Amino acid sequence: MTITRREGSRPAATGSDVSAPVAPPTAPPRRSHVPNDGSAEALAVESARKSMLREGPVRKRTRIGADAVCEALIRQGVDLFFGYPGGVVLPLYDVLGDYPDLRHILVRHEQGGAHAADGYARATGRVGVCLGTSGPGATNLVTGIGTAQLDSVPIVAITGNVPAALLGKDAFQEIDINGITLPMTKHNYLVRDADDLPRVFAEAFHIARTGRPGPVHIDITKDALQQETRAEHPTDEEVLAGLPGFRPTFEGHPRQLRLAAAEIARAKRPMILAGHGVLHAGAWDDLVALAEKTQIPVAHTLLGIGAIDETHPLSYGYMGMHGWKHVNRAIQSADLLVAFGMRFDDRVTGNVRTYAPYARIVHVDIDPAEIGKNVAVEVPIVGDAGRVLRALLPLVAEVDPATRADYFAELAEWRTESEGSSWHGSGAWRDGLLSADFVIARIGELTGHDATLVSDVGQNQMWMARYAGFRRPNSHISSGGLGTMGFSVPAAMGAALGRPDKATWAITGDGGFQMTFQELMTLVQDDIPVKIALLDNKKLGMIRQWQEIIYAGNYHSAHLLGPDFIKLADSFGIPGFRASKPEEVDEAIRAAQAVDGPALVWFDIAEEQNVFPMMPAGKGLSDLIEKWDGVEE
Amino acid sequence: MASGPAAAPPAAVPPATAPPPVTGSAGPAHVAPPPRAIPGSGEKHRHVLVAIVLDKPGVLNRVSSLMRARNFNIESLAVSHTDQPEVSRMTITLHGDDVAIEQATKQLYRLIDVLKVQDLTADPTVEHELALVKVRATDAERAAVIGIVELARGRIVDVSTDSLIVEATGTEAEVDSLLGLLRNFGIRELVRTGTVVMARGSGSIEESSARWLAGASPRASETERQLTVEGGASKEAT
Repeated sequence: MTITRREGSRPAATGSDVSAPVAPPTAPPRRSHVPNDGSAEALAVESARKSMLREGPVRKRTRIGADAVCEALIRQGVDLFFGYPGGVVLPLYDVLGDYPDLRHILVRHEQGGAHAADGYARATGRVGVCLGTSGPGATNLVTGIGTAQLDSVPIVAITGNVPAALLGKDAFQEIDINGITLPMTKHNYLVRDADDLPRVFAEAFHIARTGRPGPVHIDITKDALQQETRAEHPTDEEVLAGLPGFRPTFEGHPRQLRLAAAEIARAKRPMILAGHGVLHAGAWDDLVALAEKTQIPVAHTLLGIGAIDETHPLSYGYMGMHGWKHVNRAIQSADLLVAFGMRFDDRVTGNVRTYAPYARIVHVDIDPAEIGKNVAVEVPIVGDAGRVLRALLPLVAEVDPATRADYFAELAEWRTESEGSSWHGSGAWRDGLLSADFVIARIGELTGHDATLVSDVGQNQMWMARYAGFRRPNSHISSGGLGTMGFSVPAAMGAALGRPDKATWAITGDGGFQMTFQELMTLVQDDIPVKIALLDNKKLGMIRQWQEIIYAGNYHSAHLLGPDFIKLADSFGIPGFRASKPEEVDEAIRAAQAVDGPALVWFDIAEEQNVFPMMPAGKGLSDLIEKWDGVEE
Repeated sequence: MASGPAAAPPAAVPPATAPPPVTGSAGPAHVAPPPRAIPGSGEKHRHVLVAIVLDKPGVLNRVSSLMRARNFNIESLAVSHTDQPEVSRMTITLHGDDVAIEQATKQLYRLIDVLKVQDLTADPTVEHELALVKVRATDAERAAVIGIVELARGRIVDVSTDSLIVEATGTEAEVDSLLGLLRNFGIRELVRTGTVVMARGSGSIEESSARWLAGASPRASETERQLTVEGGASKEAT
């Protein structure tokens, strides 16, 4: 190629190109900033720039890996996802604009994105999606992925990684995120070739939502996102054929079902234990049908809240470490436990040796590994909670409630006693200080027990589980297994986007709130109407409670300074309200409800209120602490 | 307030007249309930598991990482190809009680890339491992070493002025006993492959997995897997 120099004679049209505009020879020389102005090369650059800046129809380009990702998400029914851009995922952000059906929520921290995907999945029963870049973006997702793993929530977490050629070279923002997420996901992938993307995404969504749900992580190298690809999306049959090792068992074995029915027929003091699996299976109606036909009261785990309307006559309440005393008492005296979709976690059983000493156990779970893991069971059934419930229903005999009169009377007596002893109906704890259980109960009442309530972790979580009064499936969202502080605000963000037809409240403590409140800005930017109830006791409440009771009052690092939360909310452009006395509570809640958009209510609750009853670690369900230091709580 | 103090009793029934069968959370004082059984016999034995897995990148890492995370201590792990393309075979030996091993098996099944897991401990099997031992052997000792090796049906695969390399195959115990004898001369270097095992008879874990892989009958395999699981667990029942 010839380089034409501007000096000297007029720029000659080099070679065959004669179309270059040439300044008229008579015009005065004009200073130009364009290098080689007038040459064919300069013209080509100019035209490329123009076409790049031109607005209008979608630019013509080939299909690259990033397109395959977007297509796959849309095919899987994803309408929105949470992400944070970074160097290696920019190819994806470059094409996102071409897919207006995919809404991208720009979070303020990847952990918030993962929790939001989690909250979205729990509220809707669909797969939540979050995205982060390589390195720090990926490691920030880890807490959220772990939360989803321990609570069996279907999410797909996508991360970018450095180009395949740089893998293992400690490149900028490179970390072995695949190795990190391996033990805490249901499955994970590292994709180095764009042609693999359609298959991997189809498999990932299938794995995440099928059987026992769980998180799946997909790590994609930057060059795989940029590569041109013609790979087609697989059909459902192709996906199944590609996963020969993934064949969850859905139907309960007929022999085991008959055994379970026989146990139910024989039992005099049976209890149904409902866990998260009932909600995953969408089996709340089947659960009630079985409970009503057999007249068996239903207790539920923390994540099983919502599996049965708490006002249902057969709903007995929340079990476990901070569960209702009457529920734990009933379990301890039961002669049969029929457990659906729960794992007999240590927070549910306490010391296994003393757990439900009179009870035979029928355990239904879709994950064979959960059966016989924590407690020995008499009748194991591997299967989907819903299908097992439906298959069991015709096998059990209808029971006349009158035959259980004695049992029910005793349960009712225990319930009245236990509910009366741990409730501050006046709203005031000691000295007229605002009581947290009252605040929670009012939120439940004023939202008509229909809102999605998302708790954080600690005392607020236990108060919410005990006092909000849940009636609707998937209206209770909480980080149970991993116990992730900072969960509530981002998860509520996802839940609100997933269920815009329901009001969404994040119920948090001052500790958890201060971990992830940067997502307030996301609420504002994307106009997500989450209401935040901040229960501020200026303490890490549960830490303080344990230190008081178990560590002899040695309060170390339990005191927590917080900012002026009204000013804080105000700086985000979020209206804030405050309530310090019982009589101010309703007004503050209503004020927040009246706001069109996010709002915050700051409740100054009593600083030293404990959650009772409490089962000390290592003790059994019969060893509940109900009072401390002789003080009426 | 669903669960508040005003909530209705579970069922509208008249108060009890007869004493309930069990009162109080701890039960009647004179009938001390037996402690609930913790799953497992508590008797630890050596178990040999065979896992048929898809030959995908990272599958060995998944298996070993799972064993570590679930607190199972692997004694040996041997991995190789099978005659089926895309399928590998792992032989895992580990110590634990019956329920711990059953847990390990079930947890392995949770891995997407694992096709089949079988505990061959109680089955009639052929079990072998290979060891290479570099034994100190001066001119004076060489004959004695060779004598021992021949007795144990080992082979001398390399000879140098002051040492021999012995190849020994057999069960773990057989190899152990030979090593015990050779230790008298001084073992300078030792490598063992870990046990590989195959069930006697015509049944083939590999073929059954391969049929599954070909998509022949996932339903049958599903039931088979469930029977394995439930058959194992219901041993404790009734």
